[in-house]
Amino acid sequence: MHIKILGPGCANCANLERVTREAVDGLGLSATVEKVTDYGEIAAYGIMRTPGLVVDDEVVLAGLVPTAARVTELLSARTS
Amino acid sequence: MTADAPTRTGHPGLRRGVTLGAAALAWWALYSVNLPFWDWLLGDALGVDLDSRAGGAVHFFLYDSVKILLLLTGIIFAVTVLRSFMSVERTRALLGGKREGVGNVLAAGLGVVTPFCSCSAVPAFIGFVAAGVPLGVTMSFLIASPLVNEIAIALLLGLFGIGPTLLYVAAGLTIAIVAGWVIGRLKLERYVEPFVFETTLRGKPLDPAYGLTWDDRIRMGVEEVGAILRKIWPYLLVGIGLGAAIHGWVPAEWFAAHASADNPFGVLVAVGLGIPLYSNAAGILPLVDVLFAKGVPMGTLLAFMMATVALSLPETILLKRVLKPRLIATFVGIVALGIIAVGYLFNAIL
Repeated sequence: MHIKILGPGCANCANLERVTREAVDGLGLSATVEKVTDYGEIAAYGIMRTPGLVVDDEVVLAGLVPTAARVTELLSARTS
Repeated sequence: MTADAPTRTGHPGLRRGVTLGAAALAWWALYSVNLPFWDWLLGDALGVDLDSRAGGAVHFFLYDSVKILLLLTGIIFAVTVLRSFMSVERTRALLGGKREGVGNVLAAGLGVVTPFCSCSAVPAFIGFVAAGVPLGVTMSFLIASPLVNEIAIALLLGLFGIGPTLLYVAAGLTIAIVAGWVIGRLKLERYVEPFVFETTLRGKPLDPAYGLTWDDRIRMGVEEVGAILRKIWPYLLVGIGLGAAIHGWVPAEWFAAHASADNPFGVLVAVGLGIPLYSNAAGILPLVDVLFAKGVPMGTLLAFMMATVALSLPETILLKRVLKPRLIATFVGIVALGIIAVGYLFNAIL
């Protein structure tokens, strides 16, 4: 599983990365978590509000910092 | 490895209605007892002379803090719940294919109702322009969004009533429409960083407003109140504190001499002070409230507030990622001119 955190480096982006890593560890997934900070690349995903969460090249969340439970839910839906 | 589904028992709709009703009642009760409570506590219980400078300032600070907090809580909650039916993605879809003119009017209106944080100005700018929304129409949206925002409307309504609030909204929309239209006419596309036009949008955009339940919307409202109050409380305290000090110590004659409608430079000075100042409506309106009571004319005050919320140094620095300095200067110049015109107009007609 390849996870990308889209965000120019704001506080919310750091929060999103933290909850995502929590969720990945909690699920025991083997996933890579990559930060994307380039505006052109962020916009190419079609999101207009940061931070964004991309799983295997598909945008699953944009514009908010979810709870770790919500990320866990999203990620486990994609593993099964 | 399944997440626990929330268990729902009884009548969730009824319970939600009762909870919201109780919250509204509690809000109204607090708002009603705010003034009598401080009058009683400071004046009767503690024996403070409310007509003295220090007494008046302390009373103003406490009363105004509670009043503004209540107004913000109520209005941010209501606006967030209503706005959860809109999203930037929907706005972009609505603006796609619209011509300039009609597009500017629509963009300014959508700028008011779309939930949007100026921290997302850059990705939204790229997203709009890359999807084919004209530059001027995009600018109308980006100008209206911070200028006519829910915090400003909430506080204007609470502190000045419906008349000045409508004037402010109408003036803000006009500035956003005209400034965006002028930027479009000037054909400034060459001053946009080329990568914006080269950005290709792949994947299907996510519509965050899709599939939300009423519980989700209410939760978003509560979270937004918390998030905004956490962000703006320092501005609020400084604004109310300064307001209280002016309320107590700066005589009205001073303002009458320096900032009355007769002073031809009043609006210019207000806008010049407001542009570099980084605050938001919550920090500015307590000051505006006091200055108005001291006799500073409404046009000057609204111009000051508009310059502060619409044009800020941090936002222009952010926009440098996508706009060349020439376009940023044009944008700031046109919006500042619009604000100055509105200030003088209001001073002349009010």
